[in-house]
Amino acid sequence: MRTPIAYFLLLSGILFALGTVGVLIRRNALLIFMSVELQLNAVNLSLVAFSRMHANLTGQVIAFFSMAVAAAEVVVGLAIIVALFRRINTVNVDDARTLKW
Amino acid sequence: MPLDNVVFWVFAPISVASAIAMLTRRNAVHAALFLVVNFFTIAVMYLILDAPFLFAVQIIVYAGAIMVLFLFVIMLLGVDRSERAGERLFGQRTIAAVLGAGFVLELFFALRAGIGFAATAPANFDATANVGGNPAALAKVLFTRYFFPFEVTSLLLIVAAIAAMVLAGRRARAVTQAELETRAEEPEEAIAS
Repeated sequence: MRTPIAYFLLLSGILFALGTVGVLIRRNALLIFMSVELQLNAVNLSLVAFSRMHANLTGQVIAFFSMAVAAAEVVVGLAIIVALFRRINTVNVDDARTLKW
Repeated sequence: MPLDNVVFWVFAPISVASAIAMLTRRNAVHAALFLVVNFFTIAVMYLILDAPFLFAVQIIVYAGAIMVLFLFVIMLLGVDRSERAGERLFGQRTIAAVLGAGFVLELFFALRAGIGFAATAPANFDATANVGGNPAALAKVLFTRYFFPFEVTSLLLIVAAIAAMVLAGRRARAVTQAELETRAEEPEEAIAS
């Protein structure tokens, strides 16, 4: 493999920044959640790149755990969004301003 | 030009472009489909980085399971609801974009000062780390050094499944005795209509 490792890390950083911008600018709860997924993937990419750089499989193991945690997180997060939609009939986060019913 | 370099320069722009397209789509279904494209390009990056097991897991778990769940929820909640164009905070989008660009710039200089843009990975990855193939070598590490975290992950998945049922499950409302009596008194046609 001849591609410099820094290219992968820079790609991972660009994707992470785009995910952060997505969380900041989108108002739809589902799209905010997708941006968080993008950030998780970017960090996974950097973990695998570090694993390749140091010739050590621990980075890949942590990326694997991160995927398992992401799967659990998506299930709970989408359940929260569905519950929110049942309460206020919208997924726009600007409308979810009430702390207690 | 080495082959992995070609693959990187083909898929990295697709990855960034699909991420930008995901952020700018109004329609949630289109955004989800662009996110699938992005997940596939990241899977290809794993392949270049000699991690074929994670390549398969990425496609099965992310592009398969997670995106199907996302599309399912989008369909459930209705796709026709578009976002309002206005900003609640003044200049929020501009400031977010500037901060994101600043983050990338900072990372660029940190990488140049740190490992540098010429450093390549050691060549003999298959001989040092991927002994006996990547899945076998990964399994050896996972089931020896990281066995306890692996088992804890199974507990986490069970807790997440129960949490989803508790949060999203529609609770059946208890029917009171008075309602049963009024329902019995109503004529048959009213119930049928």
